[in-house]
Amino acid sequence: MDCVIDFQNAVFVADGFPVIAGVDMRVMGGEVIHLRGANGAGKTSLLRALVGLIQIKSGRAIVLGHDLADDRFSVRKDVGLLGHRTFLYDDLTVLDNLRFVQKIARQPKTSLERSLDKVHITSRLLSTRVSQLSTGQRKKTALAALLIRDYKMWLLDEPHAGLDESGRILVDQLILDFQSTKGTVIIASHELDRAMSISTRSMVISGGSIPAGVTRDEAKIVLAAPVDEVDCRYDILTADTDSYPLSSNKSDRGGSVDVA
Amino acid sequence: MWRDAFLIMQKDLNIELKSKVVFNQVIPFGLVVILLFGLAIGKFDSSSLSTVGGNLSDAGLLKDASAGLFWMAVTLSAVIGVQRSFAIETQDQARDALRLSALDPAGIFLGKAGALLVELAVLESVLALCAIFLFGMQIAVFWLFLAASCLATIALSAVGVIYGALASGARTRETLLPLLFFPVIAPVLLSATKACEAAIVGQPSSGMIWIEVLAVFSLCYIALGVAAFGSLLEE
Repeated sequence: MDCVIDFQNAVFVADGFPVIAGVDMRVMGGEVIHLRGANGAGKTSLLRALVGLIQIKSGRAIVLGHDLADDRFSVRKDVGLLGHRTFLYDDLTVLDNLRFVQKIARQPKTSLERSLDKVHITSRLLSTRVSQLSTGQRKKTALAALLIRDYKMWLLDEPHAGLDESGRILVDQLILDFQSTKGTVIIASHELDRAMSISTRSMVISGGSIPAGVTRDEAKIVLAAPVDEVDCRYDILTADTDSYPLSSNKSDRGGSVDVA
Repeated sequence: MWRDAFLIMQKDLNIELKSKVVFNQVIPFGLVVILLFGLAIGKFDSSSLSTVGGNLSDAGLLKDASAGLFWMAVTLSAVIGVQRSFAIETQDQARDALRLSALDPAGIFLGKAGALLVELAVLESVLALCAIFLFGMQIAVFWLFLAASCLATIALSAVGVIYGALASGARTRETLLPLLFFPVIAPVLLSATKACEAAIVGQPSSGMIWIEVLAVFSLCYIALGVAAFGSLLEE
């Protein structure tokens, strides 16, 4: 497997403030990474940094072969971000929004139809304005928009939030389907059980210093400590695979995941 | 770039057709401004539905000032149009979606400016009719009035999109935009008023210099937008 994310002591700055400071992180293609951390630890900032929305100040940051220090724009065509917000236009219908995404992505109409099938969006919902959708329906529409593009990596920020049980199962299935096509997924989630059941590896992002090689339980203890918001250095810890038992269906996925 | 511009323009106009903010809010606001200018400067005779004034000087004053009042009303209404143009991008962080879309920033600028231009053209048509109706504004040289309006609208749209993008990233965007927009648009407002006054009094030769000034400003603002919009979007 190729290394698709290679961060070495990467510092990212937004509005003059180092939102991510000193990250070391390596992710291989086809991995599903569960990114954990307390509120305000920097999970969302890290996802935004990975897609080039936040400027790198120092260090090394390479995503899918794109060096973010040289060019943080070209990576955007290969990486899809589904954030807390759905990036949809309230005044347009679901279909209008998805058609717009399909056109700007220069994808054929079949990609739109395929994504609608995958997300199970009904024809009635297609003609509904986004402003009239429930949170779960908005998220499904955003997922459909994500599926239209031919991305190599997905960054999902709380993808299960606001969805009912069938929606959550659908998200899990979409992630596993994407992984089976060698796609890489980073999931920031507080829903530990669900996210860990589909992830191949877990990472903890936290303020303060955490000794390297901590186990999941140890990491929890450190995370429970208050985060220093003034002088913080965020560390990405790649926990030992053995301390993060994968879901029982790992073998069902053909063992395609090569955990570093 | 042109394909991207067309997609963005189509999207913005589609949103306007669905939300009808220009028809329901911006144009009525412009009409109210025109009406208030008329009430402040002259008097209306409802029986003839034309401005005759309480005395001749009132009617003459309104007629003389009609070009300036028209462009003031357009400029004030344009601020609401610009704010609306970027409000749709800040809803649900659609602005980030534009940044992530990998579209050419110059295309995004031209598309948003194009959509704003269409909306302002509709606004100006309605307000011009209103000014003719209420102020007794008579256009002697129509092509000059049309040329001044087209160039001024291009400049208003370009400046509006540049400063709309700049202000949309700020927390105080509602109050910041007029503060940035009005000083920059002042030369356009002055030139458009002078050119339209020349069109009204029938002196095309004196209006041509202002047309040239408007053309230069329009080109400069478009060039600035095309060159700088990517950076503005990232701020």
